[in-house]
Amino acid sequence: MSRSLMTITLDVNGSSHTVEVDTRATLLDVLRERLALTGTKRGCDRGQCGACTVVLDGRRAVSCLALAVAHDGARVTTIEGLADGERLHPLQQAFVDHDALQCGYCTPGQICSAAGMLEEARAGWPSAVTADLAAAGPVELDEDEIRERMSGNLCRCGAYANIVPAIASVAAER
Amino acid sequence: MRPFEYERAADAAGAVAALAGAPEQTRYLAGGTNLVDLMRLGVETPARLVDVSRLEFGAVDEVDGGGLRIGAGVRNSDLAADATVRERYPLLSAALLAGASGQLRNLATVGGNLLQRTRCPYFMDVSSPCNKRAPGSGCSALEGDHRNLAILGASAHCVATHPSDMAVALAALDAVVHVEGPDGPRALALEDFYRLPGDQPERDTTLSPADLVVAVELPAPASAARSAYRKVRERASFSFAVVSVAAALDVADDGVVRDCRLALGGVAPRPWRARDAEAALVGGPATAEAFAHAAERELEAAQPLRDNVYKVGLARDLVARVLEGLL
Repeated sequence: MSRSLMTITLDVNGSSHTVEVDTRATLLDVLRERLALTGTKRGCDRGQCGACTVVLDGRRAVSCLALAVAHDGARVTTIEGLADGERLHPLQQAFVDHDALQCGYCTPGQICSAAGMLEEARAGWPSAVTADLAAAGPVELDEDEIRERMSGNLCRCGAYANIVPAIASVAAER
Repeated sequence: MRPFEYERAADAAGAVAALAGAPEQTRYLAGGTNLVDLMRLGVETPARLVDVSRLEFGAVDEVDGGGLRIGAGVRNSDLAADATVRERYPLLSAALLAGASGQLRNLATVGGNLLQRTRCPYFMDVSSPCNKRAPGSGCSALEGDHRNLAILGASAHCVATHPSDMAVALAALDAVVHVEGPDGPRALALEDFYRLPGDQPERDTTLSPADLVVAVELPAPASAARSAYRKVRERASFSFAVVSVAAALDVADDGVVRDCRLALGGVAPRPWRARDAEAALVGGPATAEAFAHAAERELEAAQPLRDNVYKVGLARDLVARVLEGLL
């Protein structure tokens, strides 16, 4: 066996997968090309657009810059793993209700990023627009906070006008 | 991307030993947000990666004397959200939060942030000459697109800027970098960690290739100082600095500047500690006029290029404005 092939195990959406991968493969490559989970999108492949965002060990992360071998044993949630059977995740439902997409290519990344972002705010993580960095407790997500925290997800259709209210509606329910 | 072998270091000594053997062919891997990008672009072509992301460098600990020791493996997002950092070093939190995006900060580490490479467009384009990437090939930026490149500390060989926000705050906070090397551990001030390009722009730091950054230590904060990080960029979020300023100001009741720490980002090949401006201020009045004068003093050394003269005035005004905001 070539030393540039390695066997790794990933828990993806609750299922364990053991795959032999090229060391060069990113998490994005493995999800799409080995596990046929094509909901996660390849955009810029440089960490700049956020289309490939997944929840990695409980945190949102760009899967295009994460080498799969470095995340052996990781727990990954993709857009395919958010819904509860036929019942959409609240963020998925909110994107539908608010018409928060046009072409839809960035949407899986937007939703996975928003899912991670809501947890970060709940955990009290500040952002660049948080007035008092030292304040403890969950952060209230107004429009400025949502825009700043979601700045790693680009939408080339410009559907931000509906993405922000969609996320705000879920944040308000929490 | 060139094929490479991957191994996971068991401990720091093992990682250093792994690199000491073939340093030119091997790179440490932590979050990978910069390295993997550079490997895909062909800028970095290691034959082997030694993964240090699972080593025990993931803690933020208080140290004797009131300082803080931050493990090199601490994620940027965790450090920005750390309660002690937010309370005692808000400048550092603010700088971290001004950089990258949420899903990058969750991967990127403190060590990797310090060691990230310039975003000069020619450094990242393997079809262009670049002395930093290919020593001796020439600098494409001198006569090319240098609108966002250095005005201070550059050389005829390289005018790239250091991209980190975090490191600018660390420069202002007098951070010390702890390194594990082939000859054992050592510590160096952040100002001695980075070097200016001179005629060796391929070397960003004074480290040797096998040196592993294991921690960053902050001295106790000056208790009365107020601080701020302000970043000017081309869009409101998720963009590198055009100019940034990290400032801490301590003014006595009689209006005299007791202490001042100033560092600039986006203007030089390394975080630029503004010692001339600090010296001009300490012991004098904390007034808008004095701030403007001090900023002027610091920028006297600027050597702008054809298309980045605007940065001189921008940096000068930003320093003065940030200090005024701290009164």
